[in-house]
Amino acid sequence: MSSRLRNFFIDNAVVILFVVLIAIAIPVSGLPGTFLMQEILTRLGRNTFLVIALLLPIMAGMGLNFGMVLGAMAGQLGLIFITDWNIVGIPGLLLAMIISLPISVFLGWLCGSIMNLAKGREMVTGFILAFFMNGLYMMVVLYAMGSLIPIMNPELLLSRGYGIRNVVGLDGVRQSLDTLIPLKIAGLNIPVFSFLIIAAVSYFIIWFRKTKIGQDMRAAGQDRAVSGAAGIPVEQTRILAIIISTVLAGIGQIIFLQNLGTINTTSSHEQIGMFSIAALLIGGASVTKASIPNVIVGVILFHLLFLVSPMAGKNLIGSGMLGEYFRQFVSYGVIALALVLYEWKRVTQENDSRATLRGGGAPAAKEAKGGAA
Amino acid sequence: MDSMKRFVADFGLPRIIITLYLFALFFAAPFVGVNLPASISDTMIRIGMNGIMVLALVPMIQSGCGLNFGLSLGVIAGLLGATISIEMGYVGAWGFVAAILISQAFGAVFGYGYGKLLNRVKGGEMMIATYVGFSSVMIMSIAWLILPFKDPTMIWGYGGTGLRTTISVEGFWRHILDDFLVIQIGENFKFPTGAILVFAAMSFLIWVFFHLKIGTAITAVGSNPTYARASGINIDRMRFVSVMMSTMLGALGIIVFQQSFGFIQLYEGPLYMAFPAVAAILIGGAGVNKATLTNVFIGAALYQGILTMTPSIFNAVLKVDMSDVIRIIVSNGMILYALTRKTKVAK
Repeated sequence: MSSRLRNFFIDNAVVILFVVLIAIAIPVSGLPGTFLMQEILTRLGRNTFLVIALLLPIMAGMGLNFGMVLGAMAGQLGLIFITDWNIVGIPGLLLAMIISLPISVFLGWLCGSIMNLAKGREMVTGFILAFFMNGLYMMVVLYAMGSLIPIMNPELLLSRGYGIRNVVGLDGVRQSLDTLIPLKIAGLNIPVFSFLIIAAVSYFIIWFRKTKIGQDMRAAGQDRAVSGAAGIPVEQTRILAIIISTVLAGIGQIIFLQNLGTINTTSSHEQIGMFSIAALLIGGASVTKASIPNVIVGVILFHLLFLVSPMAGKNLIGSGMLGEYFRQFVSYGVIALALVLYEWKRVTQENDSRATLRGGGAPAAKEAKGGAA
Repeated sequence: MDSMKRFVADFGLPRIIITLYLFALFFAAPFVGVNLPASISDTMIRIGMNGIMVLALVPMIQSGCGLNFGLSLGVIAGLLGATISIEMGYVGAWGFVAAILISQAFGAVFGYGYGKLLNRVKGGEMMIATYVGFSSVMIMSIAWLILPFKDPTMIWGYGGTGLRTTISVEGFWRHILDDFLVIQIGENFKFPTGAILVFAAMSFLIWVFFHLKIGTAITAVGSNPTYARASGINIDRMRFVSVMMSTMLGALGIIVFQQSFGFIQLYEGPLYMAFPAVAAILIGGAGVNKATLTNVFIGAALYQGILTMTPSIFNAVLKVDMSDVIRIIVSNGMILYALTRKTKVAK
């Protein structure tokens, strides 16, 4: 029993750490409970979909998909177009998703193919690819739109006559998903329809895992060579995982932005990858294993921290920036920690198996380290 | 035709395009009314400014640790050196030397921990380096807010605590290297002799180091770890030494950068400082686990040349400033190319 308890603590170390941290920070911040509840409900509806987009590449053994930013860009392009065409409400959002779809599929295919060229370092490749594509995205949005790509609404354009303005208001579609089925319980607004969409996509992920392709994906994630020998088209499967992830990220970004109600043309997408990945990891996921509960727990914990740390910092040393920096430190730090733990485990396993080859079991070789050679 | 193909394969298509692009920019300059001597002078100043940061990447690439995206750790050491030197009230050359000495001490401490960490995560260094760098920048941002600095030129004016986001080194050691033995020809051309000399001297030291026994051993670890192990080289120690070197060089590099730039950039300033250096060395022809000093020189010259020339030419011709977008595409495209290229050395 006690060993089970210990294992529970070891397995959920990250989650427990953050629960404790937040339990300390909430009273220090002095924020009222109802405010926090409302914010968490809103943010669950806003961010969960994006975090779910990360699940399939993890299953396919490609790690944390830093390339999901590409999907977010596609989503934003869709939203810019429907704002220009002045299509409002649910039809507008649907159209934005439809526009984003082919762009996401293409970008996902590109990202997957490039990652196939860099097997074993997919994460850093995706990370840099996101920066690279950001350059192309800026080229399109700031220079091509309004000159090569027709934009009808002059209010969207910069004063120089081409290029989209820094902030695009989404008044026409603002929160139209969240308020489609209005529900108010104990004074709290609940974005029912957004939750329904999240439930649907969660169900899709769970269903997909059980299909033949899903099983192939999992096999490719565990051992590329063996799966290849067993007749699984490893490269295509990996590309498919990234395509689905990118498409989901595109739709997720649209859901995210309809809730916020504005696009920061040049920066809304930039940090979405980092925030989603940090949330997933805080929820107890690792580079190789992630589930829907990880997503939900992660979004709640990450955003609670997000909410309370600036106020907590202000009340502690009188500087709001302290909390802001702390929040960013946590986002970066939890990613660093997860990566270190993953690689550490991998290196230790490799060394152990090498020690086994040299004769003598792994644990024995570990004890006689140094003398073994 | 065959030799042409081999040249393209060896040198890499992106590199050829970038070189041609830079030549085109220089060629176009006089026709669109851009002042060529001033541009060349700017390029030289920026090479002196950034050269050592690019050089700092060589040891880790050579030892097989990959591209040091965690160079910001060295940059933080440099920032600590610079601010503490100012706080202690040193001015001029002494202030500069003090900043370097203090930064090297911090660089050694950070490099120690960083090296130990990277030895435990072989194969996954690059991503971990990035995020260790990012999180260190953030923890230092908190530190800049609460460290007890007192010098009035550095802390926020309105009696608040914490350091300013940018601190001018004017009156301390601004341009101390750039103006050393400076060659001024006409109004527009200035050759920053001191900075270039220091860059050359550091490059020479690195060259000597890599021809010593320990340097050769580091190269062996990077190009073929199995062979290195078989010849009795302590792989972990060599990697550790290379990480220490890289971090300490980064600390020196940022101080040389600051004396030319004129400001110390704190808080989120160092976040992305590794990326231009990485892009530069890759443009110069380095791979993920092989880099030479020639790569450093060519890379620094090409990259800084593009950075200087692009905005002036584009402004003159198209009346738009696309330089930021072009910089993003060129530097990240180059890193992407290097990451996806099949390396010839052991898999």
